[in-house]
This record gives sequence, structure tokens and C-alpha cells, in this order.
Amino acid sequence: MGASSLLILVLLLSGVGFFLGRTRSRQFANNLGGVRHLHSLPSYYGTMVAYWGAIPGLLVILLWLGFEDLVVRQLTLLSLPASALPTDTAEVELLLAQIDNVASGMLGTSDPLVINAAEYTQRVEDIGRSWMTGMTVVLVLIGLGLAVKRIHPELAARNESEFTFRAVLMACSMIAILTTLGIVLSVLFESLRFFSQISFWEFITGTHWSPQTAIRADQVGASGSFGAVPLFVGTLQISLVAMCVAVPVGLMSAIYLAEYASPRLRGIAKPLLEVLAGIPTVVYGFFAALTVAPAIRNWGEQLGFATSSESALAAGLVMGIMIIPFVSSLSDDVINAVPQSLRDGSFALGATQSETIRRVIIPAALPGIVGGILLAVSRAIGETMIVVMAAGLAANLTANPLESVTTVTVQIVTLLVGDQEFDSAKTLAAFALGLVLFIVTLILNIIALWVVNRYREQYE
Amino acid sequence: MNSPSENAALVNAGLQRRYRAEARFKWYGRLAIVFGLLVLALLFVDIFRKGHLAFFQTQVQMEVEFSTDRLGLPNTATQADLEEADLNRALREALFERFPAVTGRSERRDLLGIVSQSVVYELEDSLAENPDWLGTTQTLWLTADDEVDMYHKGNVDTEVDESLRRQSDQEIGWFRQLESAGAMRLGFNAYFFTSGDSREPEQAGILGAAVGSLLTLVVTLLLSFPIGVAAALYLEEFAPRNRLTQVIEVNINNLAAVPSIIFGLLGLAIFINFFGMPRSAPLVGGLVLAVMTLPTIIISSRSSIKAVPPSIREAALGVGASHTQTVLHHVLPLAMPGMLTGSIIGMARALGETAPLLMIGMVAFIVDVPQTLTDSSTVLPVQIYLWADSPERAFVEKTSGAILVLLAFLISMNSAAVILRKKLERRW
Repeated sequence: MGASSLLILVLLLSGVGFFLGRTRSRQFANNLGGVRHLHSLPSYYGTMVAYWGAIPGLLVILLWLGFEDLVVRQLTLLSLPASALPTDTAEVELLLAQIDNVASGMLGTSDPLVINAAEYTQRVEDIGRSWMTGMTVVLVLIGLGLAVKRIHPELAARNESEFTFRAVLMACSMIAILTTLGIVLSVLFESLRFFSQISFWEFITGTHWSPQTAIRADQVGASGSFGAVPLFVGTLQISLVAMCVAVPVGLMSAIYLAEYASPRLRGIAKPLLEVLAGIPTVVYGFFAALTVAPAIRNWGEQLGFATSSESALAAGLVMGIMIIPFVSSLSDDVINAVPQSLRDGSFALGATQSETIRRVIIPAALPGIVGGILLAVSRAIGETMIVVMAAGLAANLTANPLESVTTVTVQIVTLLVGDQEFDSAKTLAAFALGLVLFIVTLILNIIALWVVNRYREQYE
Repeated sequence: MNSPSENAALVNAGLQRRYRAEARFKWYGRLAIVFGLLVLALLFVDIFRKGHLAFFQTQVQMEVEFSTDRLGLPNTATQADLEEADLNRALREALFERFPAVTGRSERRDLLGIVSQSVVYELEDSLAENPDWLGTTQTLWLTADDEVDMYHKGNVDTEVDESLRRQSDQEIGWFRQLESAGAMRLGFNAYFFTSGDSREPEQAGILGAAVGSLLTLVVTLLLSFPIGVAAALYLEEFAPRNRLTQVIEVNINNLAAVPSIIFGLLGLAIFINFFGMPRSAPLVGGLVLAVMTLPTIIISSRSSIKAVPPSIREAALGVGASHTQTVLHHVLPLAMPGMLTGSIIGMARALGETAPLLMIGMVAFIVDVPQTLTDSSTVLPVQIYLWADSPERAFVEKTSGAILVLLAFLISMNSAAVILRKKLERRW
């Protein structure tokens, strides 16, 4: 039985359990002369029974799905004769993948070893599946039976089921921690493997990036070098261009909308500007690559500059446009949070409105604005699709925004899209870059959130 | 110390300058807004201009003779034998008849390129539907090749030198001949909505990607909505104020700002490599997007729970409801509209997301429309990315067309959220 139909079966059985529990508690109630003689309402007895069936069942399915693959692989490996086992881990992977494909019927082969192993795998999987089905059903039934037997009028079924409910809610909120843990572990482990091959200092300070590693030892020219400085510089350059667009435009439009605009204009312009944030990044990427980049190249050539068709300027400009609403809505919030008394005081001293804004409101809102800008920077650094489509692949170390540069995210995508093997430095480099990206954006976010919160406390 | 009149003079002297600065400052603000709106308009106009013709496809009119001779069938053949018919030959002959002046071998081969390769299948289908066509000659509109399509839509610069464009002068001559004879028209492009990806632009469609998106979003919604609501309920209503709760809250806030590509790395390392889930599958894509949208949904759900006034809770507790009953029977239903709105917006974001799906291999070239959650598939934004990379001019149009479809979905989801909020949300 497949996992999804088993899941439905478990839920169905628990549903049956609910009705069983409810009916049984009602029988007790009828014998005693009414529901008021029970500790809890009959449906709570039903709920309690359903939990007793569903939770062990779901746990078994989850565990099985998670570890089925690992166990089957280990068993398959053990079943292979030791003489046939390759010594290289990469070749073991290859053999296992082949066995897997043959077992699922996607690949034909004439190698008797593989055929035998594939049949074995298939058999192990089949046995595993039937065991999973059997175990789950038996566990669910035992749970339901025990729970129904527990029912008697004094049982605090409501408290029990509420306790379970809260535990389930708590487990759901723990997923956030699990996610962070998953990110850290997945990125960290692969990065550590990378740094065991390439020195950390070379990665952080090297100025030459060419991740092609040689496939054969005697191959020329492709030794692979992993100096990530050009990527960092390229990322910062594009982000800088983006912020040069987003900060003035976003900030000024926020100021105008918050301080000058009529409610009607505000009601129209604010949602329209926010549409910019809802457009998928792949659309911006297309716009940057097919409209903005050629236009910039034409202008550059007319003015006599040598302009690459994948210039940092084009990607940065479009990224800036994407970030405008981000800056403007965050600034809008903090400007609105500045107390009216500060404005009134400034006007009373005879300042014009723009003087009030520049000398009083902006300084008062500055921490919040800076926090918003930091968040925007972290978004610019982590933005992927625009740069993948509009920025280059070549890792040039240059300060000229008309030349093509590459970024951390572009390299992650290029290194990981397509076929990969998981021990080559090339693939692992992507995770090392991911680690850098994660740490940098995390630090920016923490600082930004801290600054914004401090600011909020100031006026609340 | 200045006298009051001196002070007034000092203020008046600078007043003009200060008013000018005020006006300038106001204009900066207006310019910023105008710039933002202008870019938005430019973006939409540009995409629409490039893409609206993707919904139409050039067709060419041909007289196709379905005689037994042309179909390569024996003279005695009846309607029952039509399955054996050689429609390739019928098509070839129809084209040669249309252009009798073309006689050379290689030129005739070029001539075949006027219609799409799919035309043979179209003919097969129409003949199967109308078996009485046997022995007659029909005037049919056939799907044209993408080169003809581009020419007809005015995307080919016929002035430039032959070597700089994909169509030869001779082919342009044929196209002109067809056009002036009125044998070329724009018809509705059914392929665009009913087929999967293809290497031939005129046969490429978005159905495969759209179904992939749908499957992925179903997984995302089924996981992230219940878990997100549950987590929000716990954090707002039940969580004790302790270290663990604080850690969870900080975690959620930080996850909301982690770059999406990092979630792709998580999916690749954990779901695919560790748990051995299939690559390119909507199941894994949905999982990754669920993990990604979860913080957004938790945050918006929490704010809608916060918006439920405490008096409701107090009233419920006052008549003897337990804490859990209060939450489930009163707070949750009242907060539901806000949670739904937040989730729709989260789903819209997930629908437009590309980068994490590239990491888990949803970028393969896939012709078939996915049927199950574990079939290889792609999604709309990734399809856009793939087409944007294709060299053919016709794919630029397809890309923009797919973007228009994607934007239509996003706009309708977001408007649904706005309408829902207006209709259901209560102000206390």
C-alpha cells in the first residue's frame, strides 16, 4: 500500500475511533442517567480515542518514509558480494543509482550482478511496504482499542485531548526551529567538506574564481580555483547600484505619501507601488535581460563606452526597482510612527514642512529607516533570478558597472543546476557560498530587527 | 541681541529661499512616485507588447487532396483503412502544388518548413474525425512554422541582409506570396494552452508548467496553512513566556528574511540527498515552498489573532469555556478571514518563486503534463526562465505570453485576498 493511501486509512480509522469513543461514553452516560454524569462531553471521549489511534500511526508513517531509502540502500549494499563492491565511494553511488533505476524499471541492463541486486532491492522494498502497512494498521488498532477500554465516566477526556492538542500546536511551532537547524546543518556540513579540500583563507581572500575541476587527473588547464572575492565584489556592486535606485526613490515616495499626499492619492499610489513587490523576480529578470540591458548597451555605445550586454548596471537598476516598495513601505511605517507632537513643535517654531521633515522627522525616524534599508540590502544580496538572467557568469574583478560581473547567487545556481556529484569541490563550493550568503543575510537581519525594535520601544 | 524688527527682516530675507527649497523638496517626492509608477507601467506595457500575440498563431491555407493515391493507399481502400494513410505525402504534395515553381530538391525541403511538424498529427486527427473526406480535396488552415509566424507578426526585419536573419530571401518570397494571396491568418493558439514544453516554439505550451505549479501549490497549501495556523495559535494563545518561545519567535522572524535560494539548498541537501526524495517532483517543490512560506503565514496569522479583541476571550472564559474551547470556538473563527487572506498572499508569492525550485531540479525539459506528485515537472516561473534562455525569436513571445498568464494568476489571487478581506474582516 502506498504511503498516501495508508495515510488516508489511518485518518479513516481514527475517524471510526472518534465515533466509537463517543458512542461508548454515551452508553456510560445513559446507564448513569444523562451526559451530566460524565466528566467531559461525549465528543471529547471520541477525540481522545482518535488521538490515540492517529498519533502512533502518523509517527510510524513519517519515520518509515524518512528512513526507508537509507535502510534499503544499506541492505542492498550488504547483499552485494564483497568482491563486486567498488572501493571508491563515487562508484558505489553510481552502482546504487543504477540498481535503483533497474529496480524501478526505468533502465535495462545485462549485468547479472545488477539484475540480482535490483530484484533484491525490489523485494526488500515490497517487504518493507507490507511491513509498514501491517505495523501501522496494528498500532492504530491497538491504540484505538486501549483508548476505548480506558473510557469511564470519571476519565478527564477533555483535559487529555486539550493537552494533546496543545502538544500538537507546539510541535507545529517547533518546525521553525527545525527549519533553521536544517538550513544550518545542510549548508554547514557540505561547507566543511568543501573546506577540507580547499583552504578557508583561499576561499575568502583569493581573487581568482574558476570552479571547473578536472575530471581526469591528466587533464590540462582545469585545476579549479576557488577565490570568491570577485563574487563578493560583484554582489556588492550590483547591490550598491540597486540601493542607489531604491533608497532615494523609496524614501522620497514614502515621505511624500506620508506627509504631503492627500488620502485619495495615498490610497491609489501606495497599493500601485506595492504591486512592484508582488511581481515575480523571474519577470524582472526577463525585463532586465531583454529590455533594460540592451537599452543600456545602446546608450553606452552611443556615448562611447564599451558596455557589456550583461552589465552590472542593468541588473542593479532592475533590482533597485524591485526593492523600491520594500524601502518605501518600511519607511512609511516608521515615519507614521513619529509622534505628531514633534511635528507640531517644529511648525510652532516657524519651520516649513520640508524643514520639519529634514531636521526633525527624518532624524527621529532614522533608526527605523536604517533598519529598513539594512533589510533591503539583505534582500538585494540574496536576490537570485534577476542576476541569474541579467548578470554574467564570468568572475571579473572590476569596479566598472558597465562590465559584466557575477554574484554569489548566480554561482550557486550555475554550480548546482544540472548533473552533480556530491564529492566534487565544484558542487560543494555552492554550499560554501550558500553558507556565506546565509551568515551575511542573517547578521544583516538581526541588526536590522534589533534596530527597528529599539526604535519602536522609544516611541511606544 | 537683535531687536524684533531686525529679526523679522532676517527671517523675511531667507523666506523666498526657504519656500523654494520647500517646493523643490515636494517635487522630489512627486518625481519619486512618478518614477515608480512609470516603471511599473513600462514593465507591463513592455511585457504586453511582447507577449499578447503569443495567444495567437499564424496559420496558412492549403488545399489538401485526400485521394487514395495521395494517401498512399490502394485504390480499393475504404474509410476503414484510413489509419494506414500516409499524410506526410498528402501534405508534401499539397505544398508542392501550392508552389509549382519550386522544383529543386533542397528548395522543396525548405518548402516543407513552412508548416509546423505537428501538422501531420493535426491532419491525422481531422481525417479520423471526418472519414468522409477520403477522395475529396479540402481547404484547410494549417499551423505555420514559427519562422512564418514571426514573419507574419512583423518581427522579421526583411531589410537586413539575408545572412543576418534566420529566414532566407527565398523563404521570405514564399511567405509574401502566401500573404498576398490571403492564405495567411492569425488564429487562436490552442497549443499554447493545451500542450507541454517543446523544442518547436509553435508547439510549445504552458499546460505542463501550469499543472506542475498547481500540484506544487496544493502540497504547499496543505502543509503550510495548517502548520502555520497551528504555530500561530500556539505562539499567540498558549505559549508560556520563556526562553524557548523567544527562540521560536526570533527564528520565525529571521526565517522570513532568509533568501529564497537558501531554502533551495535546504531542499537539495535534506529532502533529496538525505531522505532520497525524487528530483524535479512537485512533492519536493511543494515541501520547499511550504517551508519558505511558513514564516509569512505564521506572522500574518498571528497579527489576525492579535486583532481579535480580548473581550471575546473574556466573555467565553466567563461563561465557563476552557482555554482551548475559547480559542477553537471563538478566536479561531474570528481570526480565520485574516489568516486566509495572509495565506492567499503567501501562496501568490510561492507561485511566483523560481530560485529554490532551480536547486531541486525542476528545470528539466519536460514535454509531458505531470500526473502525480512524484512525476518530473516544472512550474510556470521556471518555464519562463527556460524559455527566456532559448535562442529562437519566437520564444521571446512565448515567454512574455507565459508571464502574462502568470501575472493574471497572481493578480486574481491578490484581488481575491483583497475582496475576502473587505467582505469578511471585521473592525472592532
